Amino acid sequence: MKRLFSLTALAVVFGCGCAEAQYSDGSIKIGVMNDMSGTYSDLSGQGSVLAARMAVEDFGAAAKGMKVEIVGADHQNKPDVGSNVVRTWIDVDKVDVIVDVPTSSVALAVNEIVRDKNKVFLVSGAAASDLTGPKCTPNTIHWTYDTWALANGTGKAIVKTGGDTWFFLTADYAFGHALERDTAAVVEKNGGKVLGKVRHPFPGTDFSSFLLQAQASKAKIIGLANAGADTINSIKQASEFGITQGGQNLAALLAFITDVHALGLQTAQGLIMTEAWYWDLNDANREFAKKFAPQDKGVHPTMIHAGVYSAVTHYLKAVEALKSDADGKAIVAKMKEMPTDDKLFGKGTVRADGRKIHPMYLFEVKKPAESKAAWDYYKLRATIPADEAFRPLADGGCPLVKS
Amino acid sequence: MFELLGISSQALFGQLLIGLINGSFYALLSLGLAVIFGMLNIINFTHGAQYMLGAFTAYFLLLYAGLGYWWAIIVAPLVVGITGIIVERLFLQWLYKLDHLYGLLLTFGLALIFEGTFRNFFGSSGLPYSVPPTLQGGQNLGFMFLPNYRAWVVVFSLAVCLTTWFVIERTKLGSYLRAATENPTLVRAFGINVPRMITLTYGFGVALAALAGVMAAPIYNVSPQMGANLIIVVFAVVVIGGMGSIMGAIVTGFGLGIIEGLTKVFFPEASNTVIFIIMAIVLLIRPAGLFGRSA
Repeated sequence: MKRLFSLTALAVVFGCGCAEAQYSDGSIKIGVMNDMSGTYSDLSGQGSVLAARMAVEDFGAAAKGMKVEIVGADHQNKPDVGSNVVRTWIDVDKVDVIVDVPTSSVALAVNEIVRDKNKVFLVSGAAASDLTGPKCTPNTIHWTYDTWALANGTGKAIVKTGGDTWFFLTADYAFGHALERDTAAVVEKNGGKVLGKVRHPFPGTDFSSFLLQAQASKAKIIGLANAGADTINSIKQASEFGITQGGQNLAALLAFITDVHALGLQTAQGLIMTEAWYWDLNDANREFAKKFAPQDKGVHPTMIHAGVYSAVTHYLKAVEALKSDADGKAIVAKMKEMPTDDKLFGKGTVRADGRKIHPMYLFEVKKPAESKAAWDYYKLRATIPADEAFRPLADGGCPLVKS
Repeated sequence: MFELLGISSQALFGQLLIGLINGSFYALLSLGLAVIFGMLNIINFTHGAQYMLGAFTAYFLLLYAGLGYWWAIIVAPLVVGITGIIVERLFLQWLYKLDHLYGLLLTFGLALIFEGTFRNFFGSSGLPYSVPPTLQGGQNLGFMFLPNYRAWVVVFSLAVCLTTWFVIERTKLGSYLRAATENPTLVRAFGINVPRMITLTYGFGVALAALAGVMAAPIYNVSPQMGANLIIVVFAVVVIGGMGSIMGAIVTGFGLGIIEGLTKVFFPEASNTVIFIIMAIVLLIRPAGLFGRSA
């Protein structure tokens, strides 16, 4: 009921009209779709539109004679709303590429439409590793992270340090299920045991009932297979109910810097999490954050925002090389053929199944005393090298790989 | 200890208590709605936003004035109640004679505006607000760990609910109010300022929402959509209890909290829908609600 109206923000970046190459309808149209008003709107939302715009500017599209337009829309975390937006975008508004799309249930729906219409889908926000597994398509690239990488990072690190019995608190939709499945596999592979799970409705508000069930399981680790406000409330209420004091630990399997900001370091300290990108990791990232934050209410960019920037940059390179934005399959093939290189993610590759490959990082949230400034939240515990960070190509079951 | 469907009695008691805690929020919010509907005939869709405003006011009081929880629990309902009075004077008073739909549309629109404005400035992840120092920690009850703050929420909201019920159903002031809704013209003839009474009633209903918001702030994060997440459930509670019935709102609020709590144990996936299933059944059997006076 809260969002009857889908927001459509239109940002025409630049147009000189002197196109050298032939782009369909005279321009390249990028559609950034995500949650612009609900639980995921801080970690994706308008910030992703901003990141796409910054990518277009830094690419120098105008100087190269490429006219690029960016449109944004709110999918309200509902697959039906998201599907309608994407159909209208492609059929009526002639959008060439769909970017971001957090909420795996929506992303999986969009995945099919984009394949049918032969456009391009660059996923930054969604997590389900199925997008490069059984559901992979020649039109989709999964850019920033996925549930397998999160499980492999956080899950493995925790089991190795003694957290060998687990209970899952899972958001009851595609993403939560995928994250739970991938983490359980990692836990069991490393000698741990899964004692139980409870699936909560998405989005939820009160988690105390589920937390009590987790407490009763006596598992050493309570794995939070949810995201955004759900994770924030789970962590907050776990500390209220004395769960961490009782000797059980929480594993936030997917948490973003915006979640840590909302929790405050007092509550969030000590959490271990896996991310693909952090603003304070190097000079290029810091410079990006410095430019980004003032334009997004002071919010520092999340890995999803950075992923949108990186993905759009690589897309524009491929379109430039092909001198056409018409054939989605051809563009994605070109993107897989060209090595990726941008200021935020450095050098990398896109695999045959559509998985973008780069290192992942294991972070620990700082204690309040260790943080020197606002948004100074993480210390780096380990870097997971690119060749170990993602699911091996052969294990995903992607039909594109067999052929 | 006995077991029921594989759940130990320990876990069951814990879940019942949790249900009671959530039920106190339902009761407090649906009470405000019931008071407003009973007296003004307005379906106040802004209620969730006003609950959110209460939580934000508590946050601002702490941030800018250094006033903690105990101040907030008094000041926030007053401040938000006054904004409610302004809304009533500016907009609602013109709608009493029209169809319910107009009031619903107006209050729904206001809710969207309030929530959108706060989201624009504060984002969606929410802001931290901690439990007051005197209520930190908790008691080990044997079957569960009960945080002191949650115990306080149950006791305090029960007290507020019963006081409100007593004032409206058992005092002279309450009888004026009830009479004014039955027949405003006649009550005016006795020299009672009915429009002012109605304005103050709306302010009071809104203040109740804000009070619930302050109480929720330490449990949930203070976020713009915190009310929107709750308000649909609360409306279902009011419908089940019977529109406008004060005791109905209180009893169903606590009762549904408990039923929802039990659903979270036996079939967690359905815990969001169970209240609406009950609503559908109640509407089929007793269209006026469990405690409603049928028209």
